[in-house]
Amino acid sequence: METPASLTPALEVLDLHKHFNDVEVLKGVNLVAKTGDVISMLGASGSGKSTFLRCINLLEVPDRGTVTVHGETIKMSTSKYGDIVPTDSSQVIRLRSRLGMVFQSFNLWQHMTVLENVTEALIHVLKMSKTEAADRACQTLDRVGMLDRKDYYPAHISGGQQQRAAIARVLAMEPDVMLFDEPTSALDPELVGEVLKVMRNLAEEGRTMIVVTHEIGFARDVSNRVIFLHEGAIDSEGTPDQVFTNPDSAQLKKFLSNAIH
Amino acid sequence: MALPSYATPAQRIWHYIYLAMCSIVLFFLVMPLLVVIPISFTSTPFLQFTPEMLRLDPDAFSLRWYRIMIGDCSDPGITTVCSDNWKIGALNSLKIGITATVLATTLGILAALGLSRPIMPFRKLIMAMMISPLIVPLIITASGTFFFFARLDLVATFWGLVLAHTILGLPFVVITVTATLVGFDTNLTKAAASLGGGPIRNFFKVQMPLILPGVISGALFAFITSFDEVVIVLFVGGPDQITLPRQMWSGVRQEISPTILSVATILVIMSICLLTTVEMLRRRSERLRGIRPS
Repeated sequence: METPASLTPALEVLDLHKHFNDVEVLKGVNLVAKTGDVISMLGASGSGKSTFLRCINLLEVPDRGTVTVHGETIKMSTSKYGDIVPTDSSQVIRLRSRLGMVFQSFNLWQHMTVLENVTEALIHVLKMSKTEAADRACQTLDRVGMLDRKDYYPAHISGGQQQRAAIARVLAMEPDVMLFDEPTSALDPELVGEVLKVMRNLAEEGRTMIVVTHEIGFARDVSNRVIFLHEGAIDSEGTPDQVFTNPDSAQLKKFLSNAIH
Repeated sequence: MALPSYATPAQRIWHYIYLAMCSIVLFFLVMPLLVVIPISFTSTPFLQFTPEMLRLDPDAFSLRWYRIMIGDCSDPGITTVCSDNWKIGALNSLKIGITATVLATTLGILAALGLSRPIMPFRKLIMAMMISPLIVPLIITASGTFFFFARLDLVATFWGLVLAHTILGLPFVVITVTATLVGFDTNLTKAAASLGGGPIRNFFKVQMPLILPGVISGALFAFITSFDEVVIVLFVGGPDQITLPRQMWSGVRQEISPTILSVATILVIMSICLLTTVEMLRRRSERLRGIRPS
């Protein structure tokens, strides 16, 4: 029997809407992730999948919808223009630290070494001492195979190494949910494997992950649920088997045949 | 620069004419600065090379004008005015310059941050107003400031001069920081936000170190602007608010003493040191970040 606490979803997103100028990017997207879920989000470029991810930790403020992390809903109020604004910025900051985000372009801070990139948030957000933070950072860097590069500046290591360091930066925070925004799209083909391997290990550890990706292989083999977005709405959703073996939507069929050949 | 081996005679001739013209331009730019240095060591009270100096006679050279500069009036051979004014002026210029630089840099960074946001209304208008001290003739700024400050009782006060100089230095900071922010990747601050950092800490830990080269050069320009500014000081400053440029100005007008040249020499050396230090710091930080010097 599961206890009620573990029944609370790690992440629950309801009815998310977002528009940029005249373009409606998200038209009411829902997502529920239980602890340990690995959810892959597929979709053509412009389908809104990256925007959806950015709305989850409020790097973009959605027009409508709610985000709930482990039962705690981000407090929003409706402004006079009819859109919503977060009302409690300290809550937003706190919840962001529990929703680790890995970016397409790594976004390591260029003026700090790999180790400093990882310890920064540990020291200033989790208020660890410097030695504690360095210990935790070294352990985490070891897990992504980057310990021997800890004193390098980001400009001096490869894209794959930068992305692994960026994953370590997020992982060291021990987040409840990890959000990956096309983590391999900016990489040279020969560097994709090392990053996917790290992500595969994280999935096997039972981490909750939402992965926006173009890697069909990763989505099929690693995730336990696949969501296909089309023009800002969920087009198909299910286990990798359901989605990939028997695609029932025409859009999905078209997307897959373009992606696979 | 080197001429390729297949150059025709005509190309060769043009190449040498080009080199000669460049040399002449550089010569005219640099010579007035350099000629000051040897004359500042003269032992006579005249602003010229004496025949003895040209013969490199050791007696023709002395440090007496440097002694006057630091307020040492013990030299019996001195016939010109000797007072503490140079020391007071240097100190005042430093105080005003540093305070105005700190103010201009802080305000300039904030302004540049705001102006680089796409949602900021009236950006062009505000930018034009901030830059106007660079464009409006200084004499107009100075007289306008004088009449305005007179009503506010700011004329002949330390803060009056500081505020006026802050306004002059502000455009440099705004321009250089805005230019640096154009190349700044806002995803880096988003990454900091996604890890749970507050906006103020994110600015100081992530954005500030990365735009620092622009901030430093803006601050340097602001400081130099204030440090060698004389028009505003003449209008807004009181009679006992002696700054270094003001002292030099009255030195040239009232008594032509080689002390001016020794002060000028010190200022030239100071500027060279300052610029070299900043350039070295900038290269060091770029090397660390793996950016090749362009």
